[in-house]
Amino acid sequence: MQVKFTRKGATLIVKIIGELDHHSADYLRQKVDGELIKPSTRNVIFDFSSVSFMDSSGIGVIMGRLKTIQKLNGKIAIVNTRPQIKRIFEMSGLLKIVPACESIESAIGMM
Amino acid sequence: MQPINEMKITFSSKSSNEAFARVVSAAFVSQLDPTLEELADVKTSVSEAVTNAVIHGYENGPGYITMTCKLFPDSVEITVEDQGKGIEDVELARQPLYTSKPEMERSGMGFTVMETFMDKVEVFSEPGKGTTVKLYKTFKSIRDKDKEE
Ligand SMILES: Nc1ncnc2c1ncn2[C@@H]1O[C@H](COP(=O)(O)OP(=O)(O)OP(=O)(O)O)[C@@H](O)[C@H]1O
Ligand SMILES: [Mg+2]
Repeated sequence: MQVKFTRKGATLIVKIIGELDHHSADYLRQKVDGELIKPSTRNVIFDFSSVSFMDSSGIGVIMGRLKTIQKLNGKIAIVNTRPQIKRIFEMSGLLKIVPACESIESAIGMM
Repeated sequence: MQPINEMKITFSSKSSNEAFARVVSAAFVSQLDPTLEELADVKTSVSEAVTNAVIHGYENGPGYITMTCKLFPDSVEITVEDQGKGIEDVELARQPLYTSKPEMERSGMGFTVMETFMDKVEVFSEPGKGTTVKLYKTFKSIRDKDKEE
């Protein structure tokens, strides 16, 4: 897995590239948390456009970051999830608290 | 019914083998020519079962996991087995959102994902002995194609 960061103001955009499972979740978690301790970050957008596989490990990663971000009064969004992955997020109830957007632009608009 | 093909592999309980196991299962099941979506359902379910063996069965310690795949003309039966910790209360463990490891950021959705993506999931477990998960799926794309012919 590869993780790429870009910023738009106080919003951190995390592009995840590859497969998100238990093995790679630890790496993603570490990378993102390293960015979250920077005071400039308030909101996070997870870009799933290049995620080729995800299992329930992905739910835990997003839920965990949500807790941190909520303490900072920030927001989280996920974008560009393919149907199989969206179904997994839906099942867990995550989409009731984290919006799934069609594009990074629309997610930024919600922040 | 006798399977038309079978395979069995044993590998170390390591998180890097989660990807290995799902790729192997998908490669084997591909012989039946299911749709990409059906194949993704199998991959995701195998990933859940193997991850559970690594995290919960062996608690990230040493051990071996055995996976078997049986192919039938339009269906597959996959078994994932560990000789780890076992499950006290299988019915509770299968509940959506139940996890014994919330501190490790588990969401408790693994069994629910398997049940959603497969037709049937069976769990056999004994505390101190280990856990066997059996996953069943009929590929509707193949079944319907065979009907037409
Ligand atoms: N192979 C196993 N050995 C021992 N316990 C298991 C095994 N598989 C599952 N369990 C138990 O069943 C519970 C539920 O499993 P499930 O996969 O649904 O959720 P999880 O693994 O806790 O979280 P998630 O899969 O969403 O990351 C686990 O928390 C664990 O207590
Ligand atoms: Mg699990």
